[in-house]
Amino acid sequence: MTTLAVPAARFHPLRDSATMLRRNLRRMVRYPSMTLMLVAMPVVFLLLFVYVFGGTLGAGIGGSAAGRAEYANYVAPAIILMTVTATVQGTAISIAMDLTEGIIARFRTMHIARVSVLTGHVVGSVLQAVFSLAIVIGFAVLVGFRPTAGLGGWLAASGFLVVVTFALVWLAVALGQVSKTVETASNLPMPLMMLPFLGSGFVPTDSMPTVLRWFAEYQPFTPIIETLRGLLTDRPLGNEPWIALGWCAVIALGGYLWSRKLFAREDDR
Amino acid sequence: MTTHEHPSAITVSGLRKSYGDHVVLAGLDLDVPSGTVYSLLGANGAGKTTTVKILTTLIAAGGGAASVAGHDLATEPDAVRAAIGVTGQFSAVDNLLTGRENLLLMADLNHLPRAGGQRRVTELLDLFDLTDAAGKPAATYSGGMRRRLDLAMTLVGDPRVIFLDEPTTGLDPRSRRAMWRIVRELVAGGVTIFLTTQYLDEADELADRIGVLDHGRLVAEGTADELKRRLPGGHVRLRFTDPDALDDAHRVLPQSTRDEDDALCLRVPGDGSPRSLKSLIDRLDEWSVDVEELTVHTPDLDDVFLALTGNPTDEKVTVR
Repeated sequence: MTTLAVPAARFHPLRDSATMLRRNLRRMVRYPSMTLMLVAMPVVFLLLFVYVFGGTLGAGIGGSAAGRAEYANYVAPAIILMTVTATVQGTAISIAMDLTEGIIARFRTMHIARVSVLTGHVVGSVLQAVFSLAIVIGFAVLVGFRPTAGLGGWLAASGFLVVVTFALVWLAVALGQVSKTVETASNLPMPLMMLPFLGSGFVPTDSMPTVLRWFAEYQPFTPIIETLRGLLTDRPLGNEPWIALGWCAVIALGGYLWSRKLFAREDDR
Repeated sequence: MTTHEHPSAITVSGLRKSYGDHVVLAGLDLDVPSGTVYSLLGANGAGKTTTVKILTTLIAAGGGAASVAGHDLATEPDAVRAAIGVTGQFSAVDNLLTGRENLLLMADLNHLPRAGGQRRVTELLDLFDLTDAAGKPAATYSGGMRRRLDLAMTLVGDPRVIFLDEPTTGLDPRSRRAMWRIVRELVAGGVTIFLTTQYLDEADELADRIGVLDHGRLVAEGTADELKRRLPGGHVRLRFTDPDALDDAHRVLPQSTRDEDDALCLRVPGDGSPRSLKSLIDRLDEWSVDVEELTVHTPDLDDVFLALTGNPTDEKVTVR
């Protein structure tokens, strides 16, 4: 009937995701204070726990001979994980910023692979986490963290961290979308920042009161921290990695499905 | 009516949308031939933005059917998206990227080849007078520059149907005229434009056809001239020094009505032609009625708008 009708072109999810990734990386470079803040926080916690609390806590966990150096080794995996949770807080913030700026509405009216809007953020955040992790691990080594892992252990730990980041980022993408404002998006992932404290991150769980200990032993961050600690210090892992990976799969899938559902909802802003 | 020379770019029938009990669109019918400018005119809350959001696939219609660029909105939203460009009421630019980077982002998302994309971007920067600011982040742009960048981004993919939701709201007069010039150039290139505005002069200036939207309903539709012509607003206004003179005049001019705003004024319907004025003055002379002041009013779009949307009983008056 009409001469206007043209057959719709094919979708290019990979190409569009790469474009969106370039956009997000560029935004991180243009907004360096955010990246810096996300790196600075775990570094501050590292210094605080090693130099302020480290002497006492080290003696507490390792007997009288142990001290600050011992504690640096104990707390480093928790600080490393905190780097990841800080990064995903940044993810939630940048997703919320996108939504408030109206550019996502533009993307929605364009003939692009829709998921690329989200995958661009996810891959960008994973890369940002890798960058932050390198810096934070560097600081940890400077203050006395002495991982005994060989090349295999490091590779396994790196791969494991990417998996954990990937899972938490998908959750953050959903949290960023449910937030109506950038402030909310910055607050919603806060529980993720707290969880390492309520697990085996800073002190062994058997020093905690019963109820808290029960929670600490069953929450997802404890097996994640234990796996990381085991990989980096060459200790036997038991079944912790499998529990950790199971949690990651659940969080990633849940976050992905939730994000997809949120993104598909109507633009009611 | 659809013909091969002018197929419809947008057809809408019985479009509805409500949020809970609140009816935003109450059965909208539109037909926009391709290559023309259609302007949807209405006050805030009349349903203009909702109409644009539905037609650009952002929200689903609550009922009715619509097709854009020959594709059904409900069944082929992807094909619709491939054919349209949208510049919404709120700017949709990436504030952290520069003007050029924003445009290159659109070139990449439209899958233009690298060299072709660069060329197109340079061309658009030039056309929209943004070349000097191309390297600055969009966050530093003025309101007018952001609108221009926003529209330039919409044009990167060469859309056939462009939706502009209040494109000049909040712009200074110079930026407004620049925007109008761009719209005219686009139409000259064969693009169809669907424009919403709350400014009557803008609709008058740009649109081939105007639809007046009020409470989710088209209360009138036609060319600017048709709308003006059908308004019974042409009148001669007579002002008197005292109420007695007014009463006398009212008696000898039975078709006149009292002015609601001014107790000393009468409105006499008429087109304001010299002949009708002469006969009016002759009649007043004949009965020795003193008139202090006489003014001729021809209707403009403001009269049309106010007459159509001011009084709910006028809603039945529609011209198709």
